[in-house]
Amino acid sequence: MTQDERKEGIKGMANPGRYGIERVAYWLMRLSGLGLLGYFVAHIYETSNILRGQVGWDEFLDLTQTTEGHLFLTLVIGMCVFHTVNGIRVMLGHGGVGVGKPARPDYPYDPASQNYRHKIGIYSAILLAAVAMMYGLVVMFGE
Amino acid sequence: MAQVSSIADEQTSTPLSSSKSITLKIARYNPEHDESSKFMEFSIPYEKWTTVLEAILEVKKHFDHSVAVRYSCRQATCGSCGMIINGKPRLACFTKISELNSDIVTVEPMNNFPIIRDLAVKFERLFDSHQKIKPYLIRDDSELEADAKEFLQSPQELEQYIQFANCIKCGLCNSACPTMATDSSFVGPQALAQAYRYVADSRDKGKDSRLKIIDDSHGIWRCHFAGSCSQVCPKGVDPAMGIQLLRGYLLGFRS
Amino acid sequence: MKVHYGTALAAVALVAVHILMRLTQGFAESLEFENVLANYKFIPYAAMLELILILLSIHGFNGLRVILLELKQGRTYEKAVSYGCLAAMIGLIAYGSRTIIMTNMGMV
Repeated sequence: MTQDERKEGIKGMANPGRYGIERVAYWLMRLSGLGLLGYFVAHIYETSNILRGQVGWDEFLDLTQTTEGHLFLTLVIGMCVFHTVNGIRVMLGHGGVGVGKPARPDYPYDPASQNYRHKIGIYSAILLAAVAMMYGLVVMFGE
Repeated sequence: MAQVSSIADEQTSTPLSSSKSITLKIARYNPEHDESSKFMEFSIPYEKWTTVLEAILEVKKHFDHSVAVRYSCRQATCGSCGMIINGKPRLACFTKISELNSDIVTVEPMNNFPIIRDLAVKFERLFDSHQKIKPYLIRDDSELEADAKEFLQSPQELEQYIQFANCIKCGLCNSACPTMATDSSFVGPQALAQAYRYVADSRDKGKDSRLKIIDDSHGIWRCHFAGSCSQVCPKGVDPAMGIQLLRGYLLGFRS
Repeated sequence: MKVHYGTALAAVALVAVHILMRLTQGFAESLEFENVLANYKFIPYAAMLELILILLSIHGFNGLRVILLELKQGRTYEKAVSYGCLAAMIGLIAYGSRTIIMTNMGMV
């Protein structure tokens, strides 16, 4: 990236504020994807402790089955549900589903692809993630 | 260096009955001798109908004629006056100050474009990307041949691509795109939307060659449907729609 | 991109089963050593875990590769990112498969 090209850089990619909920969804998708990848790698390592037998496994459970561990897992649940539901919405959009039909544009030139269907999809993803997080909290802290 | 100036009574072209004024902050930068951009501030009176372009031209007329700005038609037809206005890419001639609901209006050159000076940016990359996707009808025959009639097209066939033909190459979409913010090799939403414009044109027979061009790791696959391009497009081209419809051809949903 | 979509859709169904196992058994109870061991020894479940491992490794590291490729361009960098992500993918699959196979064979 040369200075001459004046690219906004990561700041521009990461700033979700200026362009509506669809840009926020893009940003959350990237964030949740990276978060889930990090969790996945840690989870593979964590579950490999089964090879250390009962003692090793219980040792690791003591580390993860704590309040902090449960809160972290709640966050993972939220990221997973959002990433999945929004991912399905994005896949449908990529296939041309729900993006509207080409038509002669007229003032105020509202873009048909930024329609209520995709907005509902995004808000549903956020809502379902919140519900899943609450359910996860109930399951983990309710026992 | 901030300079707040007011218009002298005998020089203003805006009637002094206007009691409203805004502070116009213009980013100044000359790559030849400035190390970084700085803002200059001007107090400009405005009416309900005053556009940002008119405010900038007031500055040029009364305060600092050296402010570099590109403009032409003043009616959102030519695509010359694209810039960042209060953080969002917009056409200066198409943005009324009253719509911004702010006492401070900040104008900066478009992101993701190299600067010539102040608010004027270089468009070479946009034009190169546009050329790359072959923005012309590709077919073996021609309307100029003897005995040939014009290529007929029904109103329904026209509706399939007419909105994408409205593109005025203003570059606002490229400025708003999050992929363009970091990827130097991405063709950009403008070029991809124009690729769809020609693919969707019933007169065109060059679909396969265009799809081959955009089927690249830095082509259509770098679009993630953030939709910012469509949010900022001043002509209703909706590049995001065009790109997703175009993707359908590559994914096998459309033929 | 088709790989990215395909792995995503396949993984969603399988991960849902994996999570439901934790919920139907009782969360804390399902994490007890004996229960986890029984899961690994049940071949269809172990096969499902292996499949999840492969699908999510591909999906995750391909996604990371896309993000990194957009941040910087250049032949050397792009090759390094692509091969690096591929190596990480293979490494993770190998490490996870080791756990599944050894536990399934009773080498705990």
